[in-house]
Amino acid sequence: MELSTSILLTIALAPLVGCLLAGFFGRFIGRAGSHSVTILGVAIACGLSFYVLYQLTSGGAPIYNQNIYTWFEIGNYSAHVGFMIDRLTAMMMVVVTFVSLLVHIYTIGYMADDPGYQRFFSYISLFTFSMLMLVMSNNFMQLFFGWEAVGLVSYLLIGFWYKRPTAIFANLKAFLVNRVGDFGFLLGIAGVLYFLGTLDYTTAFAAAPTLVGKTLQITQNTHWDAATVICICLFIGAMGKSAQVPLHVWLPDSMEGPTPISALIHAATMVTAGIFMVARMSPIFELSETALSFVMIIGATGALFTGLIGIVQNDIKRVVAYSTLSQLGYMTVALGVSAYAGAVFHLMTHAFFKALLFLGAGSVIIAMHHEQDMRYMGGLRKYMPITWITMWIGSLALCGVPFFAGFYSKDAIIEAVGESHRWGATYAYFCVMAGAFVTALYTFRQMYLTFHGKERFVVVHDHGHGHAHGHDDHAAHDEHHHVSHKDDHGHHEQGIMHETPKESPWVVTLPLILLAIPSIIVGFLAIQPMLYGEWFGSAIHVNEANNVLGELAKEFHGSVGMALHGFLQLPFLLVLTAFAIQTYIYLFNPSVADRIKNALKPIYNLLNHKYWFDAVYFIVFARGGMALGRALWKGGDAAVIDGVLVNGSAGLVDRIAGGMRRLQSGYLYHYAFAMILGLILLLGGYWLVGQ
Amino acid sequence: MITLSHFIVLGAVLFCIALASLFINRKNVIVLLMSIELMLLAVNINFVAFSRFLGDVAGQVFVFFILTVAAAETAIGLAILVLLFRNRSTINVAEIDSMKG
Repeated sequence: MELSTSILLTIALAPLVGCLLAGFFGRFIGRAGSHSVTILGVAIACGLSFYVLYQLTSGGAPIYNQNIYTWFEIGNYSAHVGFMIDRLTAMMMVVVTFVSLLVHIYTIGYMADDPGYQRFFSYISLFTFSMLMLVMSNNFMQLFFGWEAVGLVSYLLIGFWYKRPTAIFANLKAFLVNRVGDFGFLLGIAGVLYFLGTLDYTTAFAAAPTLVGKTLQITQNTHWDAATVICICLFIGAMGKSAQVPLHVWLPDSMEGPTPISALIHAATMVTAGIFMVARMSPIFELSETALSFVMIIGATGALFTGLIGIVQNDIKRVVAYSTLSQLGYMTVALGVSAYAGAVFHLMTHAFFKALLFLGAGSVIIAMHHEQDMRYMGGLRKYMPITWITMWIGSLALCGVPFFAGFYSKDAIIEAVGESHRWGATYAYFCVMAGAFVTALYTFRQMYLTFHGKERFVVVHDHGHGHAHGHDDHAAHDEHHHVSHKDDHGHHEQGIMHETPKESPWVVTLPLILLAIPSIIVGFLAIQPMLYGEWFGSAIHVNEANNVLGELAKEFHGSVGMALHGFLQLPFLLVLTAFAIQTYIYLFNPSVADRIKNALKPIYNLLNHKYWFDAVYFIVFARGGMALGRALWKGGDAAVIDGVLVNGSAGLVDRIAGGMRRLQSGYLYHYAFAMILGLILLLGGYWLVGQ
Repeated sequence: MITLSHFIVLGAVLFCIALASLFINRKNVIVLLMSIELMLLAVNINFVAFSRFLGDVAGQVFVFFILTVAAAETAIGLAILVLLFRNRSTINVAEIDSMKG
């Protein structure tokens, strides 16, 4: 059955309606009203997305591609709002709306005491709308709209607690770093328009082969290959949005936002927009080996080196954040070796298990009363069994233990890199292989520090207060945490709890359970069709010579076979080694960790300072920008514009006038003399000319 | 024989005397008025002389107009002078400098 325009419009607009209602009328409809209306909107979008996916896979619906509205026309170019729905889009829609729906539900529990409750729901619904516009777009213009809109919402949500200076710093940083990427992205889109004459996907992709042999003249003797320039520019956009080295610095800082946001935007969906975009542009990327090598090397670097930072982090959310950076690196490597389907497949599995890990971390944070430092946790498994089990499932999926979702996608990527002969593939193979070991190291460390071992906090019941208002006091205290979390260290000592940690309410645990299920099974079910079948059809284009997944498909004998085979492969052995090391260190002999830390002091410092990326950026770009701004202010604005042009011309008039007024003596005989003198000069002049 | 040049020179000399008295006089506003009057008379002499030598009576008619206007002008000048003296208690030209910039 053909897809109808009205269904697709409903999918995109339902969250927008929810957003507007909660945003503008949140005060009238109240907290319950706000979350009901936004959840309803996203639930409608989610249900219809599943319907669309079903129609495309089993209902025999053809690919939908229509313009719905013409925004503007300039000459031969017209900008449309339109949808292109193929299986790639449908899969993204399902992932986005599904995770978004669960995050909406989870937020009811997580943000229960927050004064900005309605605002938060409005923002996340706006995010869902923007992300849907991004993935459903049928042209580059609308893609760019969605791209910027998700960036805006990300900015708003990182700075959600706008009274915290660190949050403001983080959201500004995210916005500025993304601006760098977006500039490249815009140049890439401009390149597409310049060389292909259209921004419509189908027309542009059909015309893409004409790029071969075209060049862009940079200087007299420098000609750059058009496809390479376009692809690298587009990929710079992806580097910003998907936090690839060296534009990754904003993602760890974005953890200043509320945890549901970290799960939805900064792990599951928005940061994968870059991956989705490159997969969507595969017909163009396939034209440039150079650009794909670039993509692969950037991704591989991120996959290994950001993962290493995760090992030394103490903040539970930051560990997951660095793990996200590392996994985004994996996806990018897959793009770089032309295994686009592998990247998108990993995107999907990652969305489930990473959202699960983040929401689990959020659940722990609720139980610990907004303590995020893992050094003050430990032994939580007996207090919060559901969180504990679901997070283990997420962790195993992240590490790539056979049969879990992450195993299928990650193993496929590692093997695809192994198959590739592209320049730099050996380096990439080393990085992704070592990355598997590193992933396991930080994941097990996080799990042990949080849930196992001794409790590193003490529970002190408030003795100073009576029991009756002790509770009230606590509620007020809680609210304070939400508003100004960072300021509270002054009177809230770390490692001291005022009541025993307890399992989170059902609105929090239900999403965990619903995410744990796909984290286990989705890889097992989907690998055969998505990676090795022709599932994506025409959505993803791979040149025959680059088709590494095609090579892998020849050796693929079903999901079970792959998993059993996986038990004997190097990646799983690395995971096992990491598991053994971390088990020994954190369960039996915690002092080893400190000794290793002291023994490898320089490396520890390097990792703890995140390779000094932040410091260098701060000195070069932030300080440099300020110095440049100051120089222009003092030199350009104050001295030249104010001093010379504005005040200078005023001063000149003043000085001339000052001279002129001295002539005005006020004496009649001076004026008479001037008149006569003038007359004489005039007549004398005539006389002279007459001569 | 008195020629046209004699009259013209006389007119020019009278005009220059009036001009000089306009600058040189620093005391009295009445003298200013008088020197202006003298300038007009110098011009009148030119008019009459040319009229006589060219045989055109229009020049002499013009002189009557100028005399009338000069009388009116002097009357206004004196009236202003009276007001000036009432307000400033002086008609000393060197002291009248309220137009000074």
